[in-house]
Amino acid sequence: MQGPALAEGQRVEDYLGRYERNELLRFLTCGSVDDGKSTLIGRLLHDTGRIYEDHLAALERDSKVHGTTGGGLDLALAVDGLKAEREQGITIDVAWRYFATARRSFIIADCPGHEQYTRNMATGASHCQLAITLIDARKGVSVQTRRHAFIASLLGVRHVVAAVNKMDLVGWDEGRFREIEREFLDFCGRIGIPDPIVVPISALGGDNVVTRSANTPWYSGSPVLGLLESVPVERPSPDAAFRMPVQCVIRPDLDFRGFAGRIASGSVKPGDRVKVLPSGKETRVRRIARAPEDGGDASVAWAPQSVVLTFEDEVDCSRGDVVVCIGRDPAVTQRIECDMVWMQEAPLVPGQQFVLRTGTKATNCTVRRVRWLVDVNTLATAPAETLRLNEIGRVELECEERVVVDAYRDCKGTGGLILVDRLTNATAGSGMVRLPGEDGARRAHWETQALATLERPEERPSSVTPEERERRWRQRPRTILVYGPPHSGKTRTAHELERKLFDEGAAVVVLDGQALRRGLSKDLGFGDEDRSENLRRAAEIARLLNDQGYVVILAMVAPQAEARAKARELVGADRWEERALGTANRAGEGAG
Amino acid sequence: MSTEHSHLDELEAEAIQIIRETAAAFERPVLMYSIGKDSTVLLHLAMKAFWPAKPPFPLLHIDTTWKFREMIAFRDATARRLGLDLRVHTNQEGLAQGVNPITHGSKVHTDVMKTQALRQALDKFRFDAAIGGARRDEEKSRAKERVFSFRDRHHRWDPKNQRPELWDLYNTRVNQGESIRVFPLSSWTELDVWLYIWKHGLPVVPLYLAAPRPVVERGGTLIMVDDGRLPLEPGEKPRMLKVRFRTLGCYPLSGAIESEADTLEKVIEEMLMARTSERQGRLIDHDQSGSMEEKKREGYF
Repeated sequence: MQGPALAEGQRVEDYLGRYERNELLRFLTCGSVDDGKSTLIGRLLHDTGRIYEDHLAALERDSKVHGTTGGGLDLALAVDGLKAEREQGITIDVAWRYFATARRSFIIADCPGHEQYTRNMATGASHCQLAITLIDARKGVSVQTRRHAFIASLLGVRHVVAAVNKMDLVGWDEGRFREIEREFLDFCGRIGIPDPIVVPISALGGDNVVTRSANTPWYSGSPVLGLLESVPVERPSPDAAFRMPVQCVIRPDLDFRGFAGRIASGSVKPGDRVKVLPSGKETRVRRIARAPEDGGDASVAWAPQSVVLTFEDEVDCSRGDVVVCIGRDPAVTQRIECDMVWMQEAPLVPGQQFVLRTGTKATNCTVRRVRWLVDVNTLATAPAETLRLNEIGRVELECEERVVVDAYRDCKGTGGLILVDRLTNATAGSGMVRLPGEDGARRAHWETQALATLERPEERPSSVTPEERERRWRQRPRTILVYGPPHSGKTRTAHELERKLFDEGAAVVVLDGQALRRGLSKDLGFGDEDRSENLRRAAEIARLLNDQGYVVILAMVAPQAEARAKARELVGADRWEERALGTANRAGEGAG
Repeated sequence: MSTEHSHLDELEAEAIQIIRETAAAFERPVLMYSIGKDSTVLLHLAMKAFWPAKPPFPLLHIDTTWKFREMIAFRDATARRLGLDLRVHTNQEGLAQGVNPITHGSKVHTDVMKTQALRQALDKFRFDAAIGGARRDEEKSRAKERVFSFRDRHHRWDPKNQRPELWDLYNTRVNQGESIRVFPLSSWTELDVWLYIWKHGLPVVPLYLAAPRPVVERGGTLIMVDDGRLPLEPGEKPRMLKVRFRTLGCYPLSGAIESEADTLEKVIEEMLMARTSERQGRLIDHDQSGSMEEKKREGYF
């Protein structure tokens, strides 16, 4: 059986009509050798009827020879493909699996979890919208767990699910689960993963994999499959900036000149004004050409469709160019900064030349420098000269020609790149483009503001003095930062405090990080830099309000001690208080 | 604006991108046409990818001379109908030595008449990229195959030393003599292939549909007596049974299944009820566990 089961009495035509409209979710699974990742996948495939009888028979044979379950059916062997892997009981390479339910079709990128295989995980994550990381309930959040979550967030995977496996081996202890959950949510908060989910499972026994387990009455969430079927699948927005890297020109005769490519972002209609980059020549889209048997020309097309466009004018356009909308320009640049995952044995060294590939463009580039190296276990950055296999760092490249790029977080299709070794043609590394201002400029905001703080005494034209304000409001102005990971109850705590102070007669204001994101900070994401910037903006407002005599309560995630210290400095240490919330409880908030 | 994008839309868009990428990045690409249902979808996608132009590459069929007669007729009719450049290659040395699946067994026959023949053809025409219809869901070792899968000068696959493949950014660079096997249907399942054929009303070889056909039973497998070359054992008499094929290859190596499914809808219905995989009827896969991996390393598709 391939997809969802054919229901009793259901017509095949109806079944296919339904199945045809299934959404596709690509997800990756990552975990260490013994976390039970393969067993979880084997369980998902088996319990959704995806393992055939002849495969099952082969599996039973293999279980007796290589199995780790004492001759019993070892579902892990269903997913270890290569001979060497079965013999050694490990996974070497990303393996792809397929199954479908009545609600969705799924593609699994099964990624090995060894330290030396960061590149495999990055490869898998580049294709996926969701990541499942396996945690052994006995061992808790490990170095690998953190690494998996970090790489997933680096590659822009939207949803992260931690499956706390082997719960049977800790006696289905809720306390143990909550402890792991708290630690994991805390870590995700630090690296800016918006809505992490934690599930207690036993892959071996099938608990909370496909069906809800009777062993976890204290767990009110969905089993793994239910989560996979229900998390929102982000479709590229049709309102995003239009981008189409040109793959090839289609010229059957002198009358037709079409530009073929896959839309990387946004949408396009006949009549739209577009621009061909890097040349900058403008024209209008005449047709979205399609064969009559496919319904004829399209009236609109959107990402990620593959299309053929024709233009009103004879503009010069060929493979490697990018067709974009007018107004929201990508960067056209020879110098590129990116977060690089290094994927070959020979290290990346400044001065080396590679072939850079982004979109459909290939050009030579030189490595200018490594700005820093990220320790994927602690997330600390350190200066570095080179990047070695499986290391991740910020790198500057200089291209021979101008290339068209977007920030990776805005468009993966024009923000992802690979470097190809010029001699061996191996894929040496993969990069996520970061544009100037994306993070560095924000860090600088703190610095300039710190200077402004020094100049404060001169800039006070008001004749109402702070002392007068203190007498009027009968309070000492101060700022109280309530901080903690998402779902730790910051908003609630802040408002409880507000109530108390208000009842005592205080003039008090609450600034909620999540509320700021709706307006003042809606340009910000959830990475460290952006969280830091959100805190800076909140601290600036708090300082102004303190100057007017108010008491301010900030409810923020504020994960970095460094940023909190800067905020404290900005507001003034004598006016600053902090209250940390550590315990995760799902109070229904948490984007600050 | 409705921007619906079903899983089938996604698979189609991805496959078209891959086919165009192959045409744009290689000097001498070729599409491996093996006449079966996967090839049917592949060819349709190739036609669509370059419309209103024709695909800028020829089709290549490796003919072992043991294909079902209906397959060859379908192949020639398809190439004519679409006006495409079809090239057929047979390993002439193997033919001269009389290599066949009956006396030499599936292993030798497949190696000489398929794997070696393919390598000869790729060398002869100096193809640097060969597009094939293999899917990752077919077999364990295929699950680790890249979309653009590197082959060295000797057409060998090194599963432990594959290029990482991120996003839809494909590394298409090869040196002289090296080549790439390209698999646009990597992410499709058997059901997706049938669904696509059904949705677009694509013609398929009639052998996929049940009809009365002369068969003999050997070792629990039904073999169709497609021509006079299949030696009958003493006392063995072909019986007319209503059968169809889930996969098509060389007729003495393709097991038929008894079936009443004489329409596409019924075939799909039977498949949805099936408890065994499609390759189960392929005798060549059953030499030993891991044998597909071995064959692929040697250059088999």
